[in-house]
Amino acid sequence: MTATVSDTTAETTQRLPFAKAITEGLRAAMRRDDKVMLMGEDIGKLGGVFRVTEGLQAEFGDHRVVDTPLAESGIVGTAIGLAMRGYSPVLEIQFDGFIFPAYDQITTQLAKMHYRSKGRIKLPIVIRVPFGGGIGAVEHHSESPEALFAHTPGLRVVSPGSAHDAYTMIQEAIASPDPVLFFEPKGRYWEKGPVDLSVGPRVEAGTLNKAAIARAGSDVTMVAYGPTVATALRSAEAAAQEGISIEVVDLRAISPLDTDTIVESVRRTGRCVVVHEAVSYMGPGAEIAARVTERCFYELQAPVLRVGGFHHPYPVAKLEHDYLPSLDRVLDAVDRVMAH
Amino acid sequence: MTDLLHHPLVEFTAEHAPLQFINERGERVENQQNAQFVRYLEHLNVDDLKNFYRDMMVVRRFDIEATALQRQGELALYAPLLGQEAAQVGSGQALAASDMVFPSYREHGVAHTRGMDMAKILQLFRGVDHGGWDSFEHNFHLYTLVIGSHALHAVGYAMGIQQDARMTAQRDAAAQHDAATQHSDAQAGAHFGDADAGEQGTTQPQADASSPDSASAAFRGDTSQDASHTGQAPQEAVMVYFGDGATSQGDVSEALGFAAVNNAPVVFFCQNNQWAISVPNSLQFKAPLYLRGSGFGVPGVRVDGNDVLAVHAATRWALEHARHGNGPVFIEAVTYRMGAHTTSDDPTKYRSREEEAHWRAKDPIDRIRLALEAEGAWSETDDAALSAELEGFGEYLRGYVRSLGAPEKSSMFEHVYATENVLVSEDKAWFAEYEASFVDAQGEAQ
Ligand SMILES: Cc1ncc(C[n+]2csc(CCOP(=O)(O)OP(=O)(O)O)c2C)c(N)n1
Ligand SMILES: [Mg+2]
Repeated sequence: MTATVSDTTAETTQRLPFAKAITEGLRAAMRRDDKVMLMGEDIGKLGGVFRVTEGLQAEFGDHRVVDTPLAESGIVGTAIGLAMRGYSPVLEIQFDGFIFPAYDQITTQLAKMHYRSKGRIKLPIVIRVPFGGGIGAVEHHSESPEALFAHTPGLRVVSPGSAHDAYTMIQEAIASPDPVLFFEPKGRYWEKGPVDLSVGPRVEAGTLNKAAIARAGSDVTMVAYGPTVATALRSAEAAAQEGISIEVVDLRAISPLDTDTIVESVRRTGRCVVVHEAVSYMGPGAEIAARVTERCFYELQAPVLRVGGFHHPYPVAKLEHDYLPSLDRVLDAVDRVMAH
Repeated sequence: MTDLLHHPLVEFTAEHAPLQFINERGERVENQQNAQFVRYLEHLNVDDLKNFYRDMMVVRRFDIEATALQRQGELALYAPLLGQEAAQVGSGQALAASDMVFPSYREHGVAHTRGMDMAKILQLFRGVDHGGWDSFEHNFHLYTLVIGSHALHAVGYAMGIQQDARMTAQRDAAAQHDAATQHSDAQAGAHFGDADAGEQGTTQPQADASSPDSASAAFRGDTSQDASHTGQAPQEAVMVYFGDGATSQGDVSEALGFAAVNNAPVVFFCQNNQWAISVPNSLQFKAPLYLRGSGFGVPGVRVDGNDVLAVHAATRWALEHARHGNGPVFIEAVTYRMGAHTTSDDPTKYRSREEEAHWRAKDPIDRIRLALEAEGAWSETDDAALSAELEGFGEYLRGYVRSLGAPEKSSMFEHVYATENVLVSEDKAWFAEYEASFVDAQGEAQ
């Protein structure tokens, strides 16, 4: 059960696709603690429809990498029982749009057990959810439902924005004694980034709820997480050509929110744009805008703007690039805050 | 027959043998089990058998064309039904036009039997709409991608049919009462007799048998209904299609429970194609699926899903059962997904070539063809005519798909609500203004 990290793989930094960084994070956590087990649809032999768990059943056996029946409520519900028995289940929901059969278990049971049991029962469950769009999929395969979970007290909601964070954050999520919704930007799965495999979970550093400054800047604070971190970085690049300096805050966590890091940045820049794929209305950006306004009212030089999903269901694949927060739409918001 | 209706499990529990009329070699099978279902095939003549074969060939051609179109980049995705043609055509043709179908996402063959133009389905797979066909044009609802959800919709729809009947009965009773109190003479009886004119209700929609898009729609009508006897219009029935994997979803169990306690006229048609993506039956359930309903009080039957006649007979029996107020039925059609789950899937990762070969020998189309040949019912002329039809159909599909342009951008904002909604109209207005701000449309840098 305890750490046998001695055999961890390469000590050097490797360039890994986002998806494979998660694979390595899962592998490291499973090697470290034999109570960690994976459950989900098609995650065993197939290695998941996105191959994130590829090779793990071969390494750890089918009692630790479990192909479950096709029932999301069943996956989360049984994981709760397993956690009560001392296990740390890491669950895969095949696609964002298919988490809803489990919504009841997540919100009425998983989120509340610690509270109801006066802290006696801890449920260290991680629910991995490939989320977001841009992959040309059919309906229910491109959604961003994170706000629904962030709105539920008792759940932690995180989303890595880089391959390295994906590798470390999945380990931190597994180490967390609280349930974690782990939203993986599936549209970025095959983008490569440097991953330092010698880094274990940085739990003590509290990185799971600590935002990162992904790029320093002085004119506009751009807040993003998961799939839109890359969009924000690209727009910062583009804006720099026009002499606008954008600071990109990679939130990492949507709940809890590292308001201090955002506020500290906005106090310097005086402008804030939030970018996410989730529907704007009642979305994470609304909460961020409210907090920034509450704490930076006198430093703000422009209203906080949101670039997010429109108020309609995720559109058909042929229109998704008009729906998603594109570079152009992000830069349009930058222009508008700069106009003040 | 009443025995069969009331104790259908007894016949098959012993060895779980599926109902079969034509074996893999194309030979007619006669046994005690299928003798009970023979009457559901008695109305078929040789032309009907040929039409089964033709429909299955058309459906397979659709599958081949769609798969090719996906490979050429014309479709974003495609979910093949290869190997499930008999299960879909045989069951679909047992339905009356007035019956309602709730498909999953692989029921292209059922769509064809409903008279729907299968090309429309490809709009979904090309990513230009979410299905969006008129569910009531052919009584074929939209595809449901969220596994199992639609089972409850089907049951609710069937409950609506029951409710309609109750309301009508109530209204008739009230009318009768009124009439009786106002004129306590023979007039009331005459009026009631009028409303009862059985022929209206029993008339089955007889599609033109020569219609190219559903060759054998002519015998969709359920001749076993004896409406003339009861003087009642035959009740509509509902059929819901789902897979072996779907049976694990709570919604499917809930649907069985609701259907059972309501005695709802719904047939649960489970295509057990052995796989739910990479998950085999053995990881999904332990008891044979056709028994699934029994704990809920829903009788079940297991049928060789690659034998179009067995599927047809069992489905006709089940629909009759449901239609006549005997409640829901569960059909397990044992078949095989010969292709990939979707074009994104790679079955070599999880199943053996031997297994695939084993099932290829059970191909549902081969056996009906062999049967037709053995009976001297299929000629070279038939072959030539069918090939020509299939070529034309293929060309039509390719042309149709390629001609589908991208939808209007502003269409994203349509139909979110039935009424004007400020959240949508604000976003729509913003988007229009934003789009207009691009003087020269450069496309996105992303
Ligand atoms: C609620 C839900 N969970 C997961 C999925 C992803 N998924 C799509 S098809 C499928 C397997 C379905 O298997 P089965 O019910 O046997 O139908 P088949 O595809 O074999 O026709 C899965 C897991 C989904 N569509 N909906
Ligand atoms: Mg299946």
